[in-house]
Amino acid sequence: MSERKVKIMIAKPGLDGHDRGAKVVARALRDAGFEVIYTGLHQSIDQIVQAALEEDVDAIGISILSGAHMYVFPTLMQKLKEAGLDDIVVFGGGIIPLDDIPKLKEVGVKEIFLPGTPLEEIVEWVRNNVKPRPVKL
Amino acid sequence: MGEIKTKSGLFNEEAIEQIASEKERWERESLAKEIARHPERKEKFLSLSDLEIKRVYTPEDIKDFDYMRDLGFPGEYPFTRGVHTTMYRGRIWTIRQFAGFGTPEQTNKRYKYLLSIGQTGLSMAFDFPTLYGRDSDDPMSRGEVGKCGVAVDTLKDFEIIFDGIPMDKISTSMTINPPAIVLLAMYIACAEKQGVPQEKLMGTVQNDMLKEFIAQKTWIYPPEPSLRLVRDIVVYCTHHVPKWNTISISGYHIREAGATAVQELAFTLADGIEYVRMGINAGLDVDQFAPRYSFFFDSHMDFFEEIAKFRAARRMWAKIMREWFGAKNPRSWWMRFHTQTAGCSLTAQQPLNNIVRTTIEALAAVLGGTQSLHTNSMDETWALPTEEAVTVATRTQQIIAYESGVTNTIDPLAGSYFVEALTNQIEEKAWEYINKIEEMGGMLEAIKKGYPQREITESAFRFQQAVERKEKIIVGVNEFVMGEEHDLPIEILKIDPEVERVQIERLNEVRRKRNNAKVKSLLDDLRDACKDEKTNVMPIIIDLVREYASIGEICNAMKDVFGEYKDPAFF
Repeated sequence: MSERKVKIMIAKPGLDGHDRGAKVVARALRDAGFEVIYTGLHQSIDQIVQAALEEDVDAIGISILSGAHMYVFPTLMQKLKEAGLDDIVVFGGGIIPLDDIPKLKEVGVKEIFLPGTPLEEIVEWVRNNVKPRPVKL
Repeated sequence: MGEIKTKSGLFNEEAIEQIASEKERWERESLAKEIARHPERKEKFLSLSDLEIKRVYTPEDIKDFDYMRDLGFPGEYPFTRGVHTTMYRGRIWTIRQFAGFGTPEQTNKRYKYLLSIGQTGLSMAFDFPTLYGRDSDDPMSRGEVGKCGVAVDTLKDFEIIFDGIPMDKISTSMTINPPAIVLLAMYIACAEKQGVPQEKLMGTVQNDMLKEFIAQKTWIYPPEPSLRLVRDIVVYCTHHVPKWNTISISGYHIREAGATAVQELAFTLADGIEYVRMGINAGLDVDQFAPRYSFFFDSHMDFFEEIAKFRAARRMWAKIMREWFGAKNPRSWWMRFHTQTAGCSLTAQQPLNNIVRTTIEALAAVLGGTQSLHTNSMDETWALPTEEAVTVATRTQQIIAYESGVTNTIDPLAGSYFVEALTNQIEEKAWEYINKIEEMGGMLEAIKKGYPQREITESAFRFQQAVERKEKIIVGVNEFVMGEEHDLPIEILKIDPEVERVQIERLNEVRRKRNNAKVKSLLDDLRDACKDEKTNVMPIIIDLVREYASIGEICNAMKDVFGEYKDPAFF
């Protein structure tokens, strides 16, 4: 039996309206053969967790350019844990100062991509780091 | 009014024929040999927006060029050479740096600093909660308060921001859209407290909801009620705040979202056309309100393409206003515009290079005849700018203005075969888009069909692919890359998380002290006013902010009637 397709959700948390990057990354991942869901703008963290649960995704890519990353990522990680979804791989990208990155990794964010990252690098990283989650019975 | 009759065609047929045949000879004799020995670097040379650029331009490329029809003189129709008669010989453009962060106190201090280093107008940046009409204590505001701009909840915050800044002397631009009506009301009420009547106020609210749905994505209500609020501002200011620019019709965000130069120009003009129709439908005479519409463009990295875009923009708007709408006041034909250098052209890598990028872009804006200019700071792909970075950005404008000599003469690139041909080419391609949007029933209808949104998403993806394939070079990103140690900015501005707590505390204190019964009854009046499409809600909103009603309370009351817009979320 072949493995099912890896399913990724690209999400825009909070009020940040910059969606150029999120859409370009979503499309590149789709073109690379992943199953991709894009949440659209203005999602609360609870909505993102709920969507991840319902859609049974393997990874969540958070795009954030508003400066709220030090609130958004830790809160998301906490709520995923509470929902029993801590095996979902979380990665992110946007306007994020370098010295915040270790702190984000400490709370469990797997990777942060900065402006100027080639799409191919993101696609490769997802290929290597995201596997279909085991089906829970 | 029909075509202008002129005798100012510049080239005769014989001259063009000779030039064409000499060019053929040159290609055969000189060029062919040279290319055989040293092929050119690329097969095709494309502009940043993928327009094909020729090897060399000659009069043949503008053979129908007619000086009076196509250019005219500065300050005269069709304004290709500029809206003002003396341009920068009379007065340098307004140096207007977009700024605001943290608490009202911090922003007040930054504004005073900017004025002290020679800035000549203010431009307010609000945080995300304010941009979306939410209070600092709204659950969706968590983590965002004071981050991307200053937090504003009530009139109290405005009083602090403008403390010691004379509102009758300084002009202020506010980048605010769905809650524009609330922030303008606060500006008016704050000035009132300084003893400045609304008739004297100078400034701009962005108030361009069409481009929000197209590109910037800051929305609250569905398109129709959103446009109704735009209208209420236009109508109110036409009668009561005559020096206020009521809409800043913005291409900037359209471009930043990934549009090409042609798309930026075409979609912006199509938005402008929709807003002119809106004013006319509201019962105003076109010459009453059109002079107070202004524009806002991006200045990107392709120097000549941008200059051509600005020149084409002025000529097209003049035609639209005079020929389509029959405006009679020459001020209605003017396209006055603000420019911001392209944020999306800046790189996180080797951030000092951004100073150079910004300089080139700022120079294009000046050669394109801008009325005001924001130059980005080198560190803005990392955070809001530090004081040092914003000083360099401001100095960049002053060096162009006072050292470079480009301000000595008006529209110095006019008559360049290349610049004129490119101006014509961009104009022609923009008309194609505008005609297509007209066929769809105008921009509002086009937006509902998702047309401009999809066009931009496509362009953004194509651009990124071209970068990945190195068809487009970005220094420090896909060529001339250096190690990470070169990518660090010197210093980054961080917003203290305390801002959120301080702001919420102040909001609660305001709520305790104000007349809450009065606020409640005015909010009920506002809901009623919203239900009647013909009522202008601006006067009630001014009353509400005077009573220290918060932005969230006012916007939520309108939400009760108007509903909310949801992102169609395609990619």
